[in-house]
Amino acid sequence: MTAHPRAGLATLLLVAAVSAGVARAESDATIEGIEKYREALRDGNPAELFEAQGEELWKKPAGPKSVSLETCDLGMGPGVVAGAYAHLPRYFADTDKVQDAESRILTCMATLQGVDVKKYVDARWTSPEKDELVALATYVSGQSKGVKVAASATHPKERAMFDLGKRMFYFQGGPHDFSCATCHGQEGARIRLQDLPNIPTQKGAAAGWTSWPAYRVSSGQMWSMQWRLADCFRQQRFPEPIYGSDVTVALSMFMAATANGATMDTPGIKR
Amino acid sequence: MTDQPLNRRGFLARAASLGLTTALVTTLAPRLAFAEWNKAAFEGKTPADALKSLGVADAKESADIQILASDIAENGAVVPVQAVSKIPGTTQISVLIEKNPSPLAAVFEIGPDMLPDVTTRVKMGQTSNVVVLVQAGGKHFTATKEIKVTLGGCGG
Amino acid sequence: MGNPMKIRATAKDGVTEVKVLMSHEMETGFRKDSSGNPIPAWFIAEVTAKLDGKDVMKAQWGPSISKNPYLSFKIKGGAAGGKVAITWVDSKGDSRTDQATIA
Repeated sequence: MTAHPRAGLATLLLVAAVSAGVARAESDATIEGIEKYREALRDGNPAELFEAQGEELWKKPAGPKSVSLETCDLGMGPGVVAGAYAHLPRYFADTDKVQDAESRILTCMATLQGVDVKKYVDARWTSPEKDELVALATYVSGQSKGVKVAASATHPKERAMFDLGKRMFYFQGGPHDFSCATCHGQEGARIRLQDLPNIPTQKGAAAGWTSWPAYRVSSGQMWSMQWRLADCFRQQRFPEPIYGSDVTVALSMFMAATANGATMDTPGIKR
Repeated sequence: MTDQPLNRRGFLARAASLGLTTALVTTLAPRLAFAEWNKAAFEGKTPADALKSLGVADAKESADIQILASDIAENGAVVPVQAVSKIPGTTQISVLIEKNPSPLAAVFEIGPDMLPDVTTRVKMGQTSNVVVLVQAGGKHFTATKEIKVTLGGCGG
Repeated sequence: MGNPMKIRATAKDGVTEVKVLMSHEMETGFRKDSSGNPIPAWFIAEVTAKLDGKDVMKAQWGPSISKNPYLSFKIKGGAAGGKVAITWVDSKGDSRTDQATIA
């Protein structure tokens, strides 16, 4: 090696600069390709199959009382499904609780149909019981497609839920000292090619809240928001929350109320 | 199917207008000619095996076959592929994924009442060439497109 | 016999475009369950389409077709009010037929 060491270094830097440019161009092409891929999936979302199953379950007499869920009050009066998901979570006087769609469906199964819902709460994800709940939530959410999110958070219990959700969002713990905010509290973050919405902002909350329940192409599974949240807990190495429990409803309240004004695009399709 | 309804009544009206129905005509199903399923071709371990079992001796590359698919798939479990043939007299369109353990994914018989234009979604274990094979006038033609897979789709 | 398909058929300029979603596992036979035992292959092997009772399309599929398959194709002819019927038969011999009215 007789070449001047400086020249060598300059060449090296130049090469590094050029290859960085190439990498950027490649990643633009990648992002464009991925967009095209996602676009191709949007027409023909298999979530429609689950929506149809949910509709059938909603309308079929079931449980010890052999009645359907058609008179279920999702907050807009008995039997009103259209637009209901976009107004949830909300306070319900009959249970004196703030409920999301999924915990409210459990209430209707218990009160209208006489179903012992503990079995449904405790069942594992992918069990037939949870599949039913996810299909029902998918159907209900689909009846709010195109409706603007309008979670009120005005009742004292709703406000308390919002505050609890916010605290949970920033609560840091577990073996990795994680919080929801670790991944979802900054702009422009992503894992692999998935953008991570910045949930404390309206845009970020909307990106999350308005697109679940969603069909996940990686597993071919339909996931509800409860399942999405349970898996976020798992990824943080937190204990799995109880299905429909206050902490899950609180996080949904925080997201929904932050997303207010956005348009529901459910059921969604995801990686 | 992104364009969906605001309310139940809208949904029904719209479903009817789109012909979106689940009207069911079950299932004293003609246990169709499942015997016709080309086991050897679908179980062939290489594209060459599959082509041989499909009775393809010689296939020419053709610019009259279009493979419409994004260059990159976010997830190999679901990769949309549209195959269009502009070759007159097309009677069959097949889709092969070169690097899948069994490459042949689908064979479509294009009857006289069909346009040679089909779209499906395939699994891809890894980045691979996708080959579309067209039969027309007793001859065979192919086109190839590489699709990059960022996450394999055969692991589960 | 599986869950219902979603079929959408629209006629425009003398061509009927058909879009179908099917509910099926499309198990490859290459995967293992949590105990390490292979999960047997189980997939839709044949798909046929009829327009107003007449065969128009026939396909053979292998397990490389994605879970909950999507299929779209174009038929010459067909008009609003006509019927498109889709039948699938899977590798266990199960089958299902659903029908939609052309819009």
